[in-house]
Amino acid sequence: MTHAISVEAVGIGKHFGTFHALSDVSLKVTPGTVHGLLGENGAGKSTLVKCLLGYYKADDGGFIVDGREASIERPADADALGLGMVYQHFTLVPSMTVAENLVMSRQNVPSVINWRSEIAGLKQFMERMPFKVPLEVEVGSLAAGERQKTEIIKQLYLERKFLVLDEPTSVLTPQEATEMLGLVRGLAHSGTLTIVIITHKLKEVAAFVDEVTVLRRGRMAGSGLVKNLGPSDLTAMMIGEPHAPKNPERKGAPSGEARLAVSGLRTAEDSGRKGLSIDSLIVHANEIVGIAGVSGNGQKDLVEVLGGQRPIASGSMQVDGAPYDASREQSQAHDVRVLPEEPLRNGCVPPMTVVDNLNLRSFDLGSGKSRRSWLDRTGMATRARDMIAAYGIRTPSPQAPIGVLSGGNVQRCVLARELDGDVRLLIVANPCFGLDVKAVAETRARIMAARNGGTAVLLISEDLDEILELADRVAVMHEGEIVHEMPAEGADPQEIGRHMLGHHG
Amino acid sequence: MSTTTTVTTAPASAPVQVGDQWYPIRRTAEALLAPIAALAGAAILFSIFLLCLGASPADFLDLVWRGAFGSWFSIQNTVQRAAPLLLTALCVAIPGQLGLVIIGGEAAVVLGGLAATVAALPLINTSPIIVWAAMAIAGSAMGAFWVGISGWLRAKLNVNEVIASLVLSYIGLALFNHFVEGLLRDPASLNKPSTYGIGDENMLDTVPWLDVHPGLPIGILACLICWVLIYRTSFGFASRVTGGNIRAAQLQGLPVTKLILLACAIGGGCAGLAGAIEVAAEYGRSNASLNAGYGYTGILIAFLARFNPLAIMPMAILLGGLGAAGGLLQRRMGLPDATIQVLQGLIFVSILASDTLYGRFRWFQPRGGA
Repeated sequence: MTHAISVEAVGIGKHFGTFHALSDVSLKVTPGTVHGLLGENGAGKSTLVKCLLGYYKADDGGFIVDGREASIERPADADALGLGMVYQHFTLVPSMTVAENLVMSRQNVPSVINWRSEIAGLKQFMERMPFKVPLEVEVGSLAAGERQKTEIIKQLYLERKFLVLDEPTSVLTPQEATEMLGLVRGLAHSGTLTIVIITHKLKEVAAFVDEVTVLRRGRMAGSGLVKNLGPSDLTAMMIGEPHAPKNPERKGAPSGEARLAVSGLRTAEDSGRKGLSIDSLIVHANEIVGIAGVSGNGQKDLVEVLGGQRPIASGSMQVDGAPYDASREQSQAHDVRVLPEEPLRNGCVPPMTVVDNLNLRSFDLGSGKSRRSWLDRTGMATRARDMIAAYGIRTPSPQAPIGVLSGGNVQRCVLARELDGDVRLLIVANPCFGLDVKAVAETRARIMAARNGGTAVLLISEDLDEILELADRVAVMHEGEIVHEMPAEGADPQEIGRHMLGHHG
Repeated sequence: MSTTTTVTTAPASAPVQVGDQWYPIRRTAEALLAPIAALAGAAILFSIFLLCLGASPADFLDLVWRGAFGSWFSIQNTVQRAAPLLLTALCVAIPGQLGLVIIGGEAAVVLGGLAATVAALPLINTSPIIVWAAMAIAGSAMGAFWVGISGWLRAKLNVNEVIASLVLSYIGLALFNHFVEGLLRDPASLNKPSTYGIGDENMLDTVPWLDVHPGLPIGILACLICWVLIYRTSFGFASRVTGGNIRAAQLQGLPVTKLILLACAIGGGCAGLAGAIEVAAEYGRSNASLNAGYGYTGILIAFLARFNPLAIMPMAILLGGLGAAGGLLQRRMGLPDATIQVLQGLIFVSILASDTLYGRFRWFQPRGGA
């Protein structure tokens, strides 16, 4: 067993051109503890750990590792000091077994590998571990929680004494998250490892973290022992205001006929992944139906089908009782809109201007619902100016290509475009991914406002908290099927988590 | 129950900011300066090449100027070469809006010319107007059909359009030779197999007063129409959306298949028309002269113009001029015929490389917060 080490960063500064990503940031991690690194998107958390792990070279300040001043110029330096990191997105090779992944990750892999002795060595190593993963199983067939554990085992195998976990629970179910964080805490408190967790989930901080350091806009916003800090203290440090924006108010109850009715929907298998198999999915007016599920269980396919990007094999989609094929004519006739995930990649044309992008829905619409063959460039500019004003979009010029805007402003553009005018059915996928707290609140408020105004909303999200906050009804997807449905009010996250993993009954 | 919502007021947090009114002008400047810089770069590289051959770059430039624009004769020669290039460049630029790279314009030119000849033959005793109309329609329909096949293969079967249009180009040329040397051959054409002629009275004359190739005004008109089509109509907008991000286009329910077919047909129609005009204005019949590489040079021009129909016009003149100067260079400087091709190649590579210049210089970029 290794022993946990202390790591200290003193007065770290890092700038990219004229942009100061970090100014005078210090971090002191006590050995054998779980340290939370908190902050919004863009606060500088990942820049700080990248400096610590040698991916960036800090412009100012220095590091003290295990009581000695350390110069970390490149990743190999951090490696030699026993510093490691588990990334948000897994870095194991899915088509190789756990044992193969572990051996390949070593610095000194021999040219000819004697697998028999390697496996024997790995088995001995695994005996000493506080939790086990199967050695002979392909990583690709492991559940997300197991993979996360394998990543941590890998770091222990590499004899790391200090480990950074980047948003470790973002891809896990609530059960998996609780289990994983419990294990991590156990490792730290047993003196094996010192752990830094990058997170923005305050519940996890309260339950599993010993100390925190909070960053805001590249500067220190505070630090301290978690037991002395309440949630409002942490929120205040993170966003500069004592309270997170309030949840938007829900008005009116779901009503009327089904706005969206999907029945018997099947899609073809896609490169070995099961296709969709949805027997029935209904969304009413004044209702948000949330689709929960572990990432990669068909949610993306469902959005693509509803958005017209993926053909269906059989079954039917109906909007307002009429067959729906996601063509432009029908989406315009029925006022169906889609907020895709990663809006710049899926919903915008990066080289075209903000004005053009804001008019993607309406450039070919004349007065009433007639088609126009000639662009109304004045009308387009006016409409775009109104949207820019109403949604507070920050753009250097309406004529700037939308690709130069920040993530939050691209999201505002897509919101403005898709919520413009009458909206009867809105399909939303992971709308808050990568946004900061204020932008998240704004986005959710707009979705709720649309629902309160009578829009039927289908919300597909990998963030269970988001679904529980917004949805009237929750449906759980597993391997392309909807395996469970329940009202969102009083829904038990643990139960939803079980269904997400395919454990029913 | 049909309540719907209009969300116009909501927790907007950021102030409206619409600064930087000069940005569109700077962007235009960037779009103009990048190709000019590329041409300058190509000129420098080519000068080094000439110096290696022991020739003087200054003499070269002087001769190019004289050969391309120096006299009325050379201007006519340049224009005559540029006229079909305007149309064949459109054959690349229009599908290019959708992100397609069509390199089969050559076959559309020769087959368009052949179809125009065939359409003209039964009508040669009516009036020239009727003959010209029939030739124009038959030529562009044939070109539209031929390039449309590549579009159809792309849209329906997801066959790569570069490969499809290249292979179809070979097939088209083979078909052309088959007909010209076989079924449609005029037995009187001995050394150079040709079809029957359309008759001198049905030949297109040069443009009155200006005395230039009649393809020039038609090509310019086609470029202007295509510019309007791309930048001022819903069809063009939808095409640009599809070319910029096909996922966004699908999400908007745009008829991608239809757009691809239409764009390929319009482009092919332009190239086919070029073939018809060459027959009506230059040769009076179809033969191997039609196969003069206009389709391939059109690819070069379309890329030089970054698929903008307005920019195609100067670029076609430039390359037409280089072609016209070729003979003079050969005679006066003793340079090999391929020298012009070296220059064309250098220009092409420089223009493609200049794409990386966009966005590099902060002065051209939008200013202010975002």
